Amino acid sequence: MTISLATEGLSKVFRLFLQGDVRIPVLADVDFAVHPGECVALTGPSGAGKSTLMRCLYGNYGAGSGRILVRHRGALVDLAAADPMLVREIRRETLGYVSQFLRVIPRIGARDIVAEPLRARGVAPEAALARATELLTRLNLPPRLHGLPPATFSGGEQQRINLARGFAADYPVLLLDEPTASLDPVNRQVVVTLIAEAKARGAALIGIFHDTEIRDQVADRLFEVLPIQDAA
Amino acid sequence: MSGYNFAYLDESTKRMIRRAILKAVAIPGHQVPFGSREMPLPYGWGTGGIQVTAAVLGPTDVLKVIDQGSDDTTNAVSIRAFFRRTAGIATTESTDAATIIQTRHRIPERKLREDQILVYQVPIPEPLGRLEPRIAETRRMHGMADYGLMHVKLYEDIARHGHIATSYSYPVMVNGRYLMSPSPIPAFDNPKMDQMPALQLFGAGREKRIYAVPPYTSVKSLDFDDHPFRPIRAPHACELCGSRDTYLDEVLTDDVGGRIFVCSDTDFCAERQAMKEAAE
Amino acid sequence: MSTPLLTARDLTLRFGRIAALDGVGLEIHPGEVVAIVGESGSGKTTLLRVLSGLMRPDGGEVSYLGQDVLGMSEAARRRLMRTEWGFVHQNPRDGLRMAVSAGGNIGERLMATGARHYGNIREQAAHWLTRVEIDPARMDEVPAKFSGGMQQRLQIARTLVTLPKLVFMDEPTGGLDVSVQARLLDLIRALVADLGLAVLIVTHDIAAARLLAHRMLVMRHGVVVESGLTDRVLDDPQHPYTQLLVSSVLAA
Repeated sequence: MTISLATEGLSKVFRLFLQGDVRIPVLADVDFAVHPGECVALTGPSGAGKSTLMRCLYGNYGAGSGRILVRHRGALVDLAAADPMLVREIRRETLGYVSQFLRVIPRIGARDIVAEPLRARGVAPEAALARATELLTRLNLPPRLHGLPPATFSGGEQQRINLARGFAADYPVLLLDEPTASLDPVNRQVVVTLIAEAKARGAALIGIFHDTEIRDQVADRLFEVLPIQDAA
Repeated sequence: MSGYNFAYLDESTKRMIRRAILKAVAIPGHQVPFGSREMPLPYGWGTGGIQVTAAVLGPTDVLKVIDQGSDDTTNAVSIRAFFRRTAGIATTESTDAATIIQTRHRIPERKLREDQILVYQVPIPEPLGRLEPRIAETRRMHGMADYGLMHVKLYEDIARHGHIATSYSYPVMVNGRYLMSPSPIPAFDNPKMDQMPALQLFGAGREKRIYAVPPYTSVKSLDFDDHPFRPIRAPHACELCGSRDTYLDEVLTDDVGGRIFVCSDTDFCAERQAMKEAAE
Repeated sequence: MSTPLLTARDLTLRFGRIAALDGVGLEIHPGEVVAIVGESGSGKTTLLRVLSGLMRPDGGEVSYLGQDVLGMSEAARRRLMRTEWGFVHQNPRDGLRMAVSAGGNIGERLMATGARHYGNIREQAAHWLTRVEIDPARMDEVPAKFSGGMQQRLQIARTLVTLPKLVFMDEPTGGLDVSVQARLLDLIRALVADLGLAVLIVTHDIAAARLLAHRMLVMRHGVVVESGLTDRVLDDPQHPYTQLLVSSVLAA
């Protein structure tokens, strides 16, 4: 079966030089794979390294050792060894990431934030903005907010903008870090539908879902991230 | 006059100046430094022009000197007298009869010929000086023909006054390469420099620079496509000779606002007046 | 993979006993924004000056699209500097002509590259003033009448008017109020994205680097101690100095 994203022997140790070079191992020999049309939920106790794994998968944290294989332009590419130019290209075309918190850019309106990943791929402004409006509307963000910079929006509104941004670009691989944490039941169901649609078009999704009810609705499989004993 | 060399300067100084002139002719519009000497008159009275004239003057030359077009102002009269005494040469007020014409701030109206030399007195040779005070930087700009700044000056003129307000020392490009100050001649005279049959030499005594425009060399006034260069003169006829195509001076005739316009080139005006009289 | 616009290798430069650059190398690709961060005296401004040909290193190579920048004649380098390159100084006074109107400042690069139509130059100047959010009605005012933020925006307009491929920026938000900084950063971000510029920006402002830069180089004592994707360098710093730098930033 085709692999969309996989890790092989992925390990991550944080070295904190400011604390006297403390070494904190977080991930050790993580092996897992996600296939097209599948949603895998990461489970495990708090502090086990689910978010660290997620950030490694996006290239936000460097991998300590092991490989992170992403199907990009038809071939598997090792993200852990890719140079920054290639990582940017993979993020632009293949790999999306919905974080828990929106990084607000001063003076940029919600609709433009959502349209930005499409614009970066060269989609015409009108088409990108139309798609952005469509998703913001589906996530029930009032139209009067679409043009405003979200710095003063509530947590739930900001999260919906983040989700719209992640789903607008139809990434083949999408990482979701607590995507429903600040949402009301209605919008949670919208997210469930968006995930189902993404799976139907063949996207592979990896998520951390605090909310077990949602998790059970969207996840095809669970992957447990186990805490490792302090080796230091 | 005994005790002085021909034309005041000693021969080795003249040779030094001639070398600078040769170099200047070889690189049209380029300012060549030279060892400017103390002259028996103050800076600003034409020390650069006098040294150039002294260096090119021969015993058979006929010298004309004008100041703002006029042959009879103190400056012109004194310089003519200076060379009569130190070189024993003939002087004239006729543009036609002269072989060397030293000028301050004008080009004669009569078309000059190949066998004539026009020597300009130059107070400030550097056209970029007012925009870029660093001399090393202006030299670099000349070296690299990096002249955008000069157009900025003209741009500012138009933005401020609606037209290019520079009416004298109007910058020119020589031979398509060097930006040059034509000395403080009126912009009206600029077109006369282009393809002029006579050799044009420029001497700046205080600034110790000589530059030149060889005969039949392209001299173009800077401008914009939609604000082309226009030689401007007062829209009047000369009160004395009736000329409508020469550069005019405004002369106050009384203290209640009376004024007339007359040709600034006195020799040209006198010639026309004589022709008119003869015709009548 | 695209060919790099600018490549530098093994740059070294000593000021007496101090190594300002010690074996520095980097590449910038078209459309890429690269930030050089580090504390004062780390060599980042020196690096910018060497890369842009303003200063000669003791050793090493810099090439721009295959041309040897250090071996290039001054005329060729100046031509680059007024066409395909731009330099935005920290102090707008160093990059503007303070006695020349805003329009003349923007028009200078156009005129230096042969523009000879006054009306077109005005049109371009008005267009660029609008892009940097200055009222085009102020085109004929001299920059001395503008606020610091406006002066800096004018400097950017003046630099970008010839649509350069590569822009060097030295602490462009350095001397400005925080509120003005945010607006300027956002403006730079938008222009860079719209025009597809490659930018090499020197800053000690980590937040500015995060907002603008795709990639980041961390310098200390003339050495690049860490480099990589901006978010990875800032969120998962590997070098002790980078960890110190990141941990010293106050979270807003």
